[in-house]
Amino acid sequence: QEAAKYNKKVMVLDFVKPTPLGSSWGLGGTCVNVGCIPKKLMHQAALLGQALEDSRKFGWQLTEEVKHNWLTMTESVQNYIGSLNWGYRVALREKSVAYENAYGEFVGPHTVKATNKRGAEKLYTAERFLIATGERPRYLGIPGDKEYCISSDDLFSLPYCPGKTLVVGASYVALECAGFLAGLGLDVTVMVRSILLRGFDQDMANKIGDYMEGHGISFIRQFVPIKVEQIEEGTPGRLKVTAKSTNGSETIEGEYNTVLLAIGRDACTRTIGLDKVGVKINEKTGKIPVNDEEQTNVPHVYAIGDILEDKLELTPVAIQAGRLLVQRLYAGATRKCDYVNVPTTVFTPLEYGACGYSEEAAAETFGEENIEVYHSNFWPLEWTVPGRDNNKCYAKVICNLQDNERVIGFHVLGPNAGEITQGFAAAMKCGLTKEQLDTTIGIHPVCAEIFTTLTVTKRSGASILQAGC
Amino acid sequence: GKNEYDLVVVGGGSGGLACAKEAAQFGKKVAVLDYVEPSPQGTKWGLGGTCVNVGCIPKKLMHQAALLGGALKDAQHYGWNIAQPVHHTWSVMAQAVQNYVKSLNWGHRVQLQDKKVKYFNMKGSFSDPNTIRGLTQAGKETTITAENIVIATGGRPKYPAHVAGAREHGITSDDLFWLKESPGKTLGSAFLDVSLECAGFLTGIGLDSTVMMRTIPLRGFDQQMATLVTEHMESYGTKFLKRCFPTKVEKLKNNRLQVTWKNTDLGTEETDSFDTVMWAVGRAPDTETLSLERVGVKTNSETGKIIVDASEATSVPHIYAIGDITEGRPELTPTAIAAGKLLAQRLFGQSSVLMDYDNVPTTVFTPLEYGCVGLSEEAAVQCYGSDNIEVYHAYYKPLEFTVAERDATQCYMKMVCLREREQRILGLHFIGPNAGEVIQGFALGIKCGATYPQLMTTIGIHPTCAEEITKLHITKRSGLDATVTGC
Repeated sequence: QEAAKYNKKVMVLDFVKPTPLGSSWGLGGTCVNVGCIPKKLMHQAALLGQALEDSRKFGWQLTEEVKHNWLTMTESVQNYIGSLNWGYRVALREKSVAYENAYGEFVGPHTVKATNKRGAEKLYTAERFLIATGERPRYLGIPGDKEYCISSDDLFSLPYCPGKTLVVGASYVALECAGFLAGLGLDVTVMVRSILLRGFDQDMANKIGDYMEGHGISFIRQFVPIKVEQIEEGTPGRLKVTAKSTNGSETIEGEYNTVLLAIGRDACTRTIGLDKVGVKINEKTGKIPVNDEEQTNVPHVYAIGDILEDKLELTPVAIQAGRLLVQRLYAGATRKCDYVNVPTTVFTPLEYGACGYSEEAAAETFGEENIEVYHSNFWPLEWTVPGRDNNKCYAKVICNLQDNERVIGFHVLGPNAGEITQGFAAAMKCGLTKEQLDTTIGIHPVCAEIFTTLTVTKRSGASILQAGC
Repeated sequence: GKNEYDLVVVGGGSGGLACAKEAAQFGKKVAVLDYVEPSPQGTKWGLGGTCVNVGCIPKKLMHQAALLGGALKDAQHYGWNIAQPVHHTWSVMAQAVQNYVKSLNWGHRVQLQDKKVKYFNMKGSFSDPNTIRGLTQAGKETTITAENIVIATGGRPKYPAHVAGAREHGITSDDLFWLKESPGKTLGSAFLDVSLECAGFLTGIGLDSTVMMRTIPLRGFDQQMATLVTEHMESYGTKFLKRCFPTKVEKLKNNRLQVTWKNTDLGTEETDSFDTVMWAVGRAPDTETLSLERVGVKTNSETGKIIVDASEATSVPHIYAIGDITEGRPELTPTAIAAGKLLAQRLFGQSSVLMDYDNVPTTVFTPLEYGCVGLSEEAAVQCYGSDNIEVYHAYYKPLEFTVAERDATQCYMKMVCLREREQRILGLHFIGPNAGEVIQGFALGIKCGATYPQLMTTIGIHPTCAEEITKLHITKRSGLDATVTGC
């Protein structure tokens, strides 16, 4: 869309290969169809379930237990996604961007072949190419995985309630899905090979896991599935999962209605003819290395988004990179995408917002003695009346003692973590220091204000358990 | 002779308690006096001040109750099977809120004890510059001498001057949160944020609620934002009587209240009956019974508030004042707390850091919340001239509103910047859910001197409302459609 602004002749090829179970979707990519958007909406559905419970304590007369209808929710979510798919098609048309719902692959240095779902082929040539094919969920490579397991690609349009679910994986996708499924009233177990949220601050990851366990989600740790068998067909059916311990020879079995695999994602780079145009990929990961201007080893071929090596797999990063790239190519701009201090949020039942270094990365980079970690528990005012979850929410900033106590890491575990984190990310871009945090006045009474009154350091070992206002 | 205490704080609210506890950290001998004169309706409460008892805390909890009402409606769209409409019981909510507030009162007493701060539940007044006379409810007197005295008695709601029956028959925010029974059909008279907040949550829990305003809503706030806030409230169900002012309140035989008012637009007189009339016409500083004249502490002749300098010092040495009682300061809990702490640090901790009252962020907890920091658009125009400022703005729709089929017409944000090259941000305004959470971090950015380009290099968190702030690019000047489209 950005390129079209500069009167360039632009074409977009988009094609969704159906999942093993046949799920497919429209224009917009992962975020819109099987990522951020449906995830957040279902997370919201789960949060509303909690709100219903809270509402009783606030005087609302809900006498019976309230049940959730999966199909009502899924239909609403899919309708909204459909409107977004439509919106994108309209936007492309309005901006005169040619769009083909066809699978694109390189057949020569400046030529791609587009194959639509009926098998009809067309060839297109272009001066420049941008690869932004993203990723798809990985399968385990065990008997029964593709036949009986679902992935996030299937979950958000599943035409029946998943029922008792085993989520395999410890990624944020796994935890977010497990979280909202449990919040909707389903029996959920998470099978984890080793640690939670690899790459994230482990202190925070463990708190997220503890909270989920405390709210009825079972965790099976240090096991991996080795076989999935169907006991009974149905929507959902019944599946038997056999899993082996990662240390020892113990095997366990369990029965579930649904097995959701969320063990990672693989880049869609291996079958798009990159060899024909000479673009090098990392053979092991499938990801494409680029320079700081998103250019591959072939000068007229660029790449952005989830397929990039060593970059963050986030929608806003992809969008920003794409826009800036085009502005550099066609508008004489020089600004490059700034991948430093990119904030993120994990929408688990207790949300986690972060920007900058994790505690372990900070200690490794700067030395433990050169960082100061300030932290505190906090209790959202809205949870006091329902009397739930005191001392579960947590705030932490990591400061660089050698640089004026500059804030190099921001972490918050609590409701609306994304809304809270966004502004702090902006402040960190402006070089936020601890002193500036301390001299900024808090807004009262909100969760975010805790960051303006952090005094206890981890180093001191002092208690951070909270009392009152 | 030697003074008994290093510091005596008169007023056990947000500012007073913060100051006292901070001073105690330095090993000083500290005492706090707190006393609540019952409201004309007889309401009183425990230690903690306005915020804890009749302000921020109960207000936000009742606002939450109203928001949960909205959540119950949304939940149906998200698949939860709830028989609509769901009804609300005031007494269940009120008791829960009041119990929580009482636990805070208790918590404050324990904290004072833990920090070895002496607490007197007495009404304080000056005998001389180093002596406070404390009076209990029963009339027992105590004399307390102190090296330093901090006045932090805050304010109490005013009653309208020329409305017959206002005091006898009306309540204020002092009473609303402590009502045991539902206020029923309520008329709120005012223009203050607290009146809109209260009218908002009363509507949200299903009560018939009307706001009467003589002039503009949210005086002092950005008026475009104030209009959006009240527009939303109107579509939400709160009734507004604009450009009207009450003339009298009478009690009817069935115990309801008959209110008569003048409509300045039509030049007519109108009446209607209500169960409750709540006044929110301003707050008066609680200085009357302090005997300030005896020691010569100067107050502002118009507002009655105590005049202080940048170090919170009054006109009398060793007597200081903080919080709502001070002239020219924002009436906010966090500023009182910060001022109190810094004052204690300057008095006893060899610090010289003064309080910075610039760019204090705030949030109005109306049904659709409004958070802001820095200058309003009109203040920026007045300060710099409209040619020298650029206003970026956007209408957006929270993702959660889509499936819930909620109206997002008033979900709006704007950033007021200097137009010259650096484009420093002068003010940020946001209307939407969780406005306070959104604004807090950006307030920090503004404290760091954030510029528009810096905000634009910040990557957004997706999907949130706050990310739209990092994507603001349509200026008011361009006249282009500012509706956010796309994912």
